[in-house]
Order: sequence, then C-alpha cells, then structure tokens
Amino acid sequence: MAGEVRGGARMTVEELHEMAEKEKARQDLFKNRILYCAAAGCVSCGSLATRDAIKKALKEKGLDKEVEVLGTGCMGLCGEGPLVKVQSDDSVYERVDEETGRRIVEEHLCNNKKVEDHLIDNTIPFFASQHKVVLENCGKINAESIEEYICAGGYKALAKAVTEMQPPDVIEEIRKSGLRGRGGAGYPTGLKWGIVRKAKGDQKYVVCNADEGDPGAFMDRSVLEGDPHRILEGMAIAGYAVGASQGYIYVRAEYPLAIDRLKLAIKHAERVGLLGNRILESQFNFRIDLRIGAGAFVCGEETALLRSIEGKRGRPRPRPPYPSEAGLWGMPTLINNVETYANIAPVINRGSAWFSSIGTPKSSGTKVFALAGKIKNTGLIEVPMGIPLRTIIFDIGGGTPDGTEFKAAQTGGPSGGCIPKEHLDLPVDYESLATVGSIMGSGGMIVMDSTSKMVDVAKYFMDFCVDESCGKCIPCRVGTVHIYKLLDKISKGEGTKQDLALLEELCVMVRETSLCGLGQSAPNPVISTLRFFREEYTSLLIEEEGFVSSNDGHDTQKKS
Amino acid sequence: MTPTPSPQHPSGDNRFKLLDRTITKHHNSGDSLIEVLHAAQGIFGYLENDLLIYVARALKLPLSRVYGVATFYHFFNLKPSGEHTFVLCMGTACYVKGASAIQKALETHCKCKFGETTADNKVSLVQARCVGSCGLAPVAVVDGQVAGKLTADSAITRIKQWQEKSEEVPA
Repeated sequence: MAGEVRGGARMTVEELHEMAEKEKARQDLFKNRILYCAAAGCVSCGSLATRDAIKKALKEKGLDKEVEVLGTGCMGLCGEGPLVKVQSDDSVYERVDEETGRRIVEEHLCNNKKVEDHLIDNTIPFFASQHKVVLENCGKINAESIEEYICAGGYKALAKAVTEMQPPDVIEEIRKSGLRGRGGAGYPTGLKWGIVRKAKGDQKYVVCNADEGDPGAFMDRSVLEGDPHRILEGMAIAGYAVGASQGYIYVRAEYPLAIDRLKLAIKHAERVGLLGNRILESQFNFRIDLRIGAGAFVCGEETALLRSIEGKRGRPRPRPPYPSEAGLWGMPTLINNVETYANIAPVINRGSAWFSSIGTPKSSGTKVFALAGKIKNTGLIEVPMGIPLRTIIFDIGGGTPDGTEFKAAQTGGPSGGCIPKEHLDLPVDYESLATVGSIMGSGGMIVMDSTSKMVDVAKYFMDFCVDESCGKCIPCRVGTVHIYKLLDKISKGEGTKQDLALLEELCVMVRETSLCGLGQSAPNPVISTLRFFREEYTSLLIEEEGFVSSNDGHDTQKKS
Repeated sequence: MTPTPSPQHPSGDNRFKLLDRTITKHHNSGDSLIEVLHAAQGIFGYLENDLLIYVARALKLPLSRVYGVATFYHFFNLKPSGEHTFVLCMGTACYVKGASAIQKALETHCKCKFGETTADNKVSLVQARCVGSCGLAPVAVVDGQVAGKLTADSAITRIKQWQEKSEEVPA
C-alpha cells in the first residue's frame, strides 16, 4: 500500500511556469521538428527504423543541430503507418519507410519540396471532422518528456485546483460540465466524485481502470502511450476533490509500452514534486502506483478489478455496497476510466461551460473511437458526441473497402450490439445507442461488410464470454456455454425453430439473472443480431418435428 | 508490515535472489501476489509448481490461493512454452478481417492446436484476445514483435523459417 516514501522535491506554481517557459525556449532553438509516431501500431510497422534513417539523413546534411526528431503518441491513421509529421508546416506523411524518411529530409527540409506521393491531405474529412480534446496532445508532444507536457499547458489544471479551488468547487465544476463515465455505462462523473467525497473512511483511493479488455478497442492504450501525464494529472485532481492520497492505475499486461511510459511519467512527476507530499505548496499529498493486470476480461468490472489490485482472483461481488462506499480494502474508492480522467484537466482549465457546449445536452464532450474492421481509414478518432454514425463511417472512415457494402457497425465489444445500415443516421450518444440495443462502450467500433455472417459474429462474441466468464455465478458460467452450443448448432445448419426459441429464452435469462456486467451483457450481441438480422438465423434453420434436445451431447466449450 | 527474510531455496538457483528482491520490495505482502507472479514468470519463463510453493511461503499465503490466482489469469503459464511463440490476435477487428482462416491454416501446418506447442518443441501457438493494434488487422505477436496485415501464407512462412533454420534467422 502507500508504504514507501518517495520523491522529496517541492515545486511551486511559479516553478511550474518557469519550467514551461524553459522548455519553450529549448524548443525554439530548433528551426524545425520532425515528429514520428511512436505508438504501438506505428512502431510495429517500423517507425523506429524510420527515425534512425531520418536522424542519419539529418546528420549527413548537417541539420542535426537545427532539427529535433521526437517520438509522439498516436497520430490517428494507424492503418497507414508509420506516420511522420514535419512541424513547421504540419505536413503529415504516411507509410514512411527508411527510404521515404530520407527523402523527407532531402526534399522537404532541404529543398522545400514536399514528398507528394506519401503526403496525407490534411483537409480530408478524416482530419477535418474530428474534434480533439482528449487526444489534443497525442501526436504533438514527446510522451516521455514531462517538460513537453508542461509546456503544452500540462499540470496547470492541477495547480489551479489545489491553489484556487476548494474540493467541493472542483466537484461542482465537473458536475456542471456534464461529463459522464467514458468506460461505457455513462454514469455522471461529478455525481460519483461527490459520493466518494461524502463517504466515510480514514483512507480513500482513486483508481484508474486501464484494463481495456474489449477486443477491437485501443483508445485507452493510445492515450496512455501518447499522453500519460494527462492521466496522472486527472487522477491527482480527482484525489484532491474526493480526499484521497493514493491512486492506482490498473493497466493490462498486454500493453508493455503503455506500462513503460506510465512508469516513466510517474517517476518524472515524483522527481519534480507534482506527485508526492504537499503538491505545489498545498496541503495535498498524492501518490500513484501501477498495478499490472494479468489477462482477465472480467477485471474491467469494477468490483473484480479492485479484488485484482488486492492480489486476488478477479471475481466480482454483488453491489451495493458500491466501491464509492466500500472499495479497496473496504475503503471508499473512486474508479474511473482512462478517458474520463483525460477529460478532467481540460474541464478545469477551460471551464464546465466550454465543455458542455461540445456534444449534446445529455452527452457532453467528445468521444474517442477506435475505428477498425472493414473500413478504409482504420485508426483512432475523436468526435463530438451526437455526431451521426454515417459521418463516422463514411466521411471519417472513408466507407468500406471497394466492392463491398456496409452491413453493420459493432460497438461496445462483447457487451454491445450491432447497428445496421438503416440506423446509420443515428446520433452517437449514450441514449441513442441504447435505443437500438447497443451501448457506447469504451469506444471500439468495428465495421462489418456483406462478407460477415452475423450468426458467426454472435458465436464469436459468445465464445469470448464463455472463455472469460469467471465462473462465480451459474447463469453466466453455464448459460453462456449453452448459448454458444445453440449458436454453433444453428450456424452449422442443424438448428430448429425450437432451438431458436430456446436461444432467445436463454438470452433473457442470462441477462436478467447474472451477477455482474459481464454476464448481464453477454447475450447482447445475440439479442442485437437477432433483432436486426433475424433472417440470417431463420434461413439456417431446418424443419424438424417432435422432440428436440438442445444438448447434442458434444462439449463444445473451448478453453484457450 | 515488517519484512521477513525469504526462505532460502535449497537448489542455490540465483534466480530466486532476483525474485526475492521483488518480494522484499512489496514487504512480503499477500496483496502483492499478482506483482510477484509477474516477476516470477518474467524471471523463470513459466510458473512451475515448486515456484508457486516458494511464492506461497514467502508471502505467507495458502498454496490454494496462489494456485487459484495463477490459474485464473490467462497471462500466467504453468507449462513451459516452445522455443518460439506465435500469438495470433483473435480480437474483433482481426476476426472480421479473417484471423480464423489463419488460425486454421496454422493449426494444420503445425499439427497442433492453439494453446499447444509443436511436437519438436519449436513453436507455441497462442491466442490473444486483442493486442490493441487493430489498425493493422489481422495481427500476430511473433516472438514479442507485432506483425500486422497477415495472411495465412505469410504466417506459415514465418513459422517455416523457425522450423527450417532456426539458428540463422533470429526473431
């Protein structure tokens, strides 16, 4: 727990401003800066080799003292990596291999002639239709430098909160902004903070849920890798507001780069005294520790996550009591998602009125989506809430690849549903998505085209839930297995009308009687595909009279 | 909590000293079980029974609790893996872009299922739920390196390289 004493440095608000100015002066010494995307997607396409080639070319041209080369967080268009940006005129290049990297130095920097065949048009809707709040620093600053974050206005919100605002004022500001939890359920953030503040306990905790388990979602990863200090700042403000002195970030083991960046960020923040005792000369003490997950989807559920932080099996427990009253080691605990914390600093800096002016009245602000699947522009996008789905898929995403037809967009991962093309004009906000049986979810959006068979899609998600069910409650542990068996039978063309009826009955039962969110939402992909693509199920059914057993005797449960 | 000296391992294996460092850092606290298991797997490669017993004693936890946690989480391996690992992502984006065809092709080629290791102990096939590189789907993590936009053929080619001349082609 909060045992060891670390840090020791004290920082004043003036020193924070000085640090920002010093960094600005350092950056101004360079004539230009070349930014390469150092997020996981681009690194795996070889952006580090590109960096080396650029550095080598700069040295050959004698420009290495004038041009700074730095790695940033995700630049968005992950499908076309590695991405490289020339800061002086904001040119972004795609698919920059070593050769192209050298050409950028020789042609663009030396001869002022852009490398047209790799240049991305900045005016295309992919960039123009976005509104960046959470991702405003991603792709612009060096994620491994606290100075760059401070220079970009970082930790200003924390300074404002601890020196100018009382904790209830901070909570009131967040409440007025209308910010809702970005983990999927959309619980009002200010309300949650207020409950934790009022809860009685000697020690309170702030937890960041970075266990991004939904397959097809990589928003949190990009924020953690691209702008880790923003999460620390958001958590520290939350700690100040609710009266906590210890924070934990629970991050997936599958994200080694995010873990490294967070470790570094915490170290830097402690060194300059932005985490630790008496932050910015106030009475506020706050520390953050990392907890690494170990690959269990159910740990995204808050009570399971807390148990996992305590070193136990991640099994959920019934609520109430909610973690806000009895969380970590029985103490009041605030749990928010990565993206929620990323929104805190902008709300404090620019005010709740500014924030609530973005999006819709009930869903304010922006939402980050990870756009993937059968779509031209795959990558990370941030859009104002309430934007029509059509704009996301066809303008920003560029539609499905040539020759195929859009069929459905899947949001919310294994807990969500499919949105068919007749609902393309649906505004993307919490309430509207719920009306068509899907959820906002954490932000994964997978596009499917005519080649995707919906029964198989439902089966795919159910296989996931069978595997990830923790086994504590029977409806989820046994129900998901039987739903999977029925789907398997139907997809093989062996199912009957009775099987379909049983499937629907079982879905309702599992939804209504499971203990936690995993089980309660596990049937969603089946219910949703049955609602919009029922004919795909019925066309596979066979006529059979008389007694039919739903259990064909074969154990199809998979275990990976 | 007062740190207690860890029991000496009779084998004299120095790797236990490394593990002890993590255990002491966490003051032998049972709450740090997952951190300690991460460290143990990082040092030893996998969690064999003796190691679990060692951890249980050091943290003063019942072995059942340690075993329970080690088997609950997918990330912990209780069996040694092959020389090379091929982690195929089965996330939604990869699934939609045809990862299951790659899965079938690899299982046929390696003559073993995912979750198993080939008979010659060269290649372990592992499934991942999502490695978060959806823009490059279908994706695999090949000996720690992310490889994107795979096809069944390109996946098999990588495995063939290991099988044929594993000495000359470093991963």
